[in-house]
Amino acid sequence: MSLATLLVLADGRLPAGGHAHSGGLEAAVSAGRVAGVADLEGFLRGRLSTSGLVAAAFAAAACAHPSRWSGLDDALDARTPSPALRKASRAQGRALLRAGRAMWPLPPIGREPHHPVALGVLASAAGLGPEAAAVAAAHGTVTGPASAAVRLLGLDPYAVHALIARLAPECDRLAAVAAARTDDPPDDLTAAGAPLLDLGAERHATWEVRLFAS
Amino acid sequence: MRAEASLVAEADGAGGTRLAVLRGESPLLLRRTGPRGPGVTVHLVGGAAGPLRGDDLRLTIAVGERATLSVRSVAAQLALPGRPGAPPSRLVVTATVAAGGALLWAPEPLIAAAGCDHVAVTDVTVADGGTLVWRDDLVCGRHAEEPGDVRSGVTIRYAGRTLYRHELAVGPAAPGWSGPAVLGTARAIGSLIVAGPSPGPGPSPSPGSGSGASSGPDPADPGSGPGSARLGLLGGDAVVMPLAGPGVLASAVGPDIRQVRAALDPLTVLPVPVPV
Repeated sequence: MSLATLLVLADGRLPAGGHAHSGGLEAAVSAGRVAGVADLEGFLRGRLSTSGLVAAAFAAAACAHPSRWSGLDDALDARTPSPALRKASRAQGRALLRAGRAMWPLPPIGREPHHPVALGVLASAAGLGPEAAAVAAAHGTVTGPASAAVRLLGLDPYAVHALIARLAPECDRLAAVAAARTDDPPDDLTAAGAPLLDLGAERHATWEVRLFAS
Repeated sequence: MRAEASLVAEADGAGGTRLAVLRGESPLLLRRTGPRGPGVTVHLVGGAAGPLRGDDLRLTIAVGERATLSVRSVAAQLALPGRPGAPPSRLVVTATVAAGGALLWAPEPLIAAAGCDHVAVTDVTVADGGTLVWRDDLVCGRHAEEPGDVRSGVTIRYAGRTLYRHELAVGPAAPGWSGPAVLGTARAIGSLIVAGPSPGPGPSPSPGSGSGASSGPDPADPGSGPGSARLGLLGGDAVVMPLAGPGVLASAVGPDIRQVRAALDPLTVLPVPVPV
């Protein structure tokens, strides 16, 4: 596996539209649930152990079995009750594929798959393994809202990056768990949910003015 | 303690429903209740003492073609610690609904007492043309009490496809569960799945929609189902979301169960059959 290739895939500067999404943070800030670094830590830990775990599991499975992308995509639909989150995930999947096609030849995959599925298939095309795909997925679920928090709340970027560093071992741990279960049937993969992320996403989607798409 | 209970509802051939099987053992005892009508109502009784760590409880429900069954409970389930070192307490509910059948599941809440370690597994399979209204409420801790660990997992299949898969973990072993992404300061959560040929939530919800938030349906969703006019934000922390398949999820959280009930109880009813 090429470590540099993993860095390319997980780079926040990858032109895949990730900067337009706050991972639910904008809604949490507006609801008064996140105001400072301590709240952000609680938010990120909860998001990592729910959406992050699911994203890691599906990125790993799609990387191990790119031809099964469609069944995995359906399984993510079943795990995403919020229409706003389904839309955001597919928009990010499509944007990632656009960037990915310019970098590596991709196997057949739909036009607008869920983001973790796109990430897994892309990782496979880049020659990366399931654990690397899962690390990129888990890490991305943390860094997206963390950078949004710096922009929305003006938090100290050093403190926020210290938080990301503290969560790195947990990203590794989740990725190892995800990579060990890539052969499971989609129904058996984790479905860890976060009710306030669903609620917040639906509320956020009704706003006329917002900084982030989700 | 191990216990199994089984419930089979069938059409009685005269437009009504009869119970072909009604069998339980403590603490999963079943009693037929309610008036005679087109559907049958069964209550779980004796559910108040436990489950305790080490308990292994299984409930199986089958609703046949053109049968209508409602299952409720007389009291909340209180998940308690039990013997140290015993495996987690476990309640597995498995249900099937045949084409033309209808099942409403609306028990009182599960309360996660301090020190509990409980696993709740729900597995529901509905045939194409069946109707499901499935409600589950969870309260984290008794009054002013930090909860123990509860992990719930739900799988609902409709017409051969997985419609809804969800897991929720609360308690000290669940990172971030009381953080602002998962439950925040809320200690009660309810979820209601309505699935079927007309998967709108039930009639006349008239929820407390005085939150001031704009409460229209998601413009991204065409919302062509019969219940689509009611999709969107309810009052407080509650929302009705159209699933990717033929169903909706209504989800509500609150500081205690009252807010959850206010949002979800009006929706927790079997849809009135549409005359063919």
